[in-house]
Amino acid sequence: MLKLHYNLEKVSMGLVAGIILAASVGGIVEIAPLFMIEETIEIPEDMRPHTPLELAGREIYIREGCYACHSQMVRSLADELDRYGPYSLAAESAYDHPMLWGSKRTGPDIARLGEKYSDDWHRAHLINPRDVVPASIMPSYPWLMRSLDTQLLSRQLGTLARLGVPYDDDMIAAAVADARAQSQPEADGADAVRERYGDDIAVRAFDSDPSQLTEMDALVAYLQSLGTLTNAPYQTLGGGSE
Amino acid sequence: MTAAATLDQAERQIAFGLSVALTLLGLLMAASARHGVMAVHGTMALMLGLYLVFHIGGAFYEPEPAKDRQHQYYDDPTRFGIYMTLIWAIIGMAAGVWVAALLYWPEVTPAVPWTSFGRLRPVHTTGVIFGFGGNALIATSFYVLQRTSRSRLADSINPWFVLIGFNLFCTWAVTGYVMGSTQSKEYAEAEWYADLWLVVVWVTYFVLYIRTLARRHEPHIYVANWYYMAFILVVAMLHIVNNLALPVSFGAADSFTIWAGVQDAMIQWWYGHNAVAFFLTAGFLGMLYYFLPVRSGRPIWSYRLSIVSFWGIVFFYIWVGSHHLHYTALPYWVQTLGMTFSVMLLVPSWASAGNAIATLNGAWHKVRDDATLRFMFVAAVFYGLSTFEGSFLAIRPVNSLSHYTDWTVGHVHSGTLGWVAMIIFGAIYTLVPQISGRENMAWPRAIEWHFWLAVGGTLIYVIALWNAGITQGLMWRAYDENGALSYSFVQSVQAMAPYYLLRTIGGAMFPTGAILCALNCWKTFRDAPPLLEPRDKPLMAQPAE
Repeated sequence: MLKLHYNLEKVSMGLVAGIILAASVGGIVEIAPLFMIEETIEIPEDMRPHTPLELAGREIYIREGCYACHSQMVRSLADELDRYGPYSLAAESAYDHPMLWGSKRTGPDIARLGEKYSDDWHRAHLINPRDVVPASIMPSYPWLMRSLDTQLLSRQLGTLARLGVPYDDDMIAAAVADARAQSQPEADGADAVRERYGDDIAVRAFDSDPSQLTEMDALVAYLQSLGTLTNAPYQTLGGGSE
Repeated sequence: MTAAATLDQAERQIAFGLSVALTLLGLLMAASARHGVMAVHGTMALMLGLYLVFHIGGAFYEPEPAKDRQHQYYDDPTRFGIYMTLIWAIIGMAAGVWVAALLYWPEVTPAVPWTSFGRLRPVHTTGVIFGFGGNALIATSFYVLQRTSRSRLADSINPWFVLIGFNLFCTWAVTGYVMGSTQSKEYAEAEWYADLWLVVVWVTYFVLYIRTLARRHEPHIYVANWYYMAFILVVAMLHIVNNLALPVSFGAADSFTIWAGVQDAMIQWWYGHNAVAFFLTAGFLGMLYYFLPVRSGRPIWSYRLSIVSFWGIVFFYIWVGSHHLHYTALPYWVQTLGMTFSVMLLVPSWASAGNAIATLNGAWHKVRDDATLRFMFVAAVFYGLSTFEGSFLAIRPVNSLSHYTDWTVGHVHSGTLGWVAMIIFGAIYTLVPQISGRENMAWPRAIEWHFWLAVGGTLIYVIALWNAGITQGLMWRAYDENGALSYSFVQSVQAMAPYYLLRTIGGAMFPTGAILCALNCWKTFRDAPPLLEPRDKPLMAQPAE
């Protein structure tokens, strides 16, 4: 063995091949089956993708690095079930490119945040967290009241559709209009959004001002959607919607 | 003497052509950008290209380098790489201290987006891992590769292309984050075009490495080079697979990774933990295997152990990423594999650490007297400690307590401050005088100060976060006698305040030392005689031969 290695050390390409070989095995064994298994994971029937407004909010969530302090993955541990709710299922993030499971809880997990607090609470909390939670160490995000840039929104839905997220041509074409309508409950388009994404989606003036579409609208819509894309986690834990 | 003056006339022409190409690339990016960040990044490439055009154009009529330069090592790229290492150290660590301070004084965040915690945190991680660590790896690999091969780098342009290209990547990445452009994949946040650019740089780096090895005058490839090669190859593999993405538009810094959900999580941590393995461990073990024997004047203790630990690390490490996903929606068997290999990984890790420490046998008086060697000794000790801690934290029930807490952050910093940064400083203090043609650094006393600032800062930081993490973990799972959770989440946040203050103080000591190091290096380089001959030239005995 030692003699073999003695000779290997004289051939640079031999070392290269050895390194590639040794470093490939683990990845192949652990990752490749996940794609086979995925086909057997059932996406719940009521599972929906994010609406354009929620997707725009998700992009803001990513832009501001929220995932560095908030996980979206409730582990199957008793205290986490008691604190946050049902543990997270693989199906819940099946449409997430990328996933935002997170790795650190400087703040609490928010996988089950949707509809736990009011829109007003979220707006106040994002503008200055210490106004509603005095001991909070979360940064303030006062700039979120600026208007939402929807220039790329349609293309974003289109790109995700190419990656397998169930957005149809209708949804892609109407993305900007849908984003606007979801934050204007009185507008004409509101029913169309519900038609496309289901009656359970929230159609509200998330930033309390229906006249303008802001980043706050998008981010609050996203936060309110967390854990509400499917009811499956609650059923796994033994029926009922609570 | 400018860098361009070390190139001959034909090379200057090629370099000039490459600079023009970079200028045009920047122009193309800036012109076709439909969105802000990419336009700024194009402009940055354009400016860099223009600067290089003028720099090289200005050197066109300088005298050519001596014809016998093939018989000298080419250390100018290494010198530039060391400068970049130290600049990034200060940027990355300062960003780290600032975000650490924000956790204690959250209300001091200015109300402008780019100074926000979430945007500056990846500036810290990218700045220190890629900027500081990456430049140190590239700069020292050029130095070590030449010495252990006893031949000059195979090319005079490619080392500059690699270094300048890599720093352009780092700059694009961190400026992108502050402007709000990120893929959000941890330690791989840079957007798609920066990732593509890094692939070009990395292939050039690999080809240069192999070409130089092909010219070696030593029959055997020294163990340090195995590690540097593992670093180059596996990082390429990880980077490409993890960053596969579909751009939303070719004119915007916005893309979606092709991976989703549970597969994305697995690939993310396959990448993430092996960035630790092959970026922050393999490459630095290469550094250790060269500079520790050289500085201590002792051969590596066991050649066999170095073989076993090398292949053990390359084979075992790649499996362990899934230990970041215990109790999640990742299938149970993958978690178990990750845990099992993490525990087994302790064997080759401790074999490396033990080999390094045993090498110092017979040179302990030097460890006592020489702060540079002490940096390397402490690095080996912290390497042993944090690999033990890593295996321990990967065990499922331990992980149920430690995961999501500051214990993980403390663990990472015991590795990065205690091991990675210490070995970098040990290597810098060894090679900077060497390529400046002198016995010692300009201010030897400053090394001693730096050493104690670094060790003290690391200990304060790590101990504070051990306490923080265990406290958090215990508070989150505590139940009262009625079977209700004892603490609200925000109570656990309040309990962190003293630890967050301490870690800021410990953290601030570390860059203070790095600034001393930067000044010391600057002074040492500046006082170097022009046109010097490196004195460790070919006849130096090779360790572990």
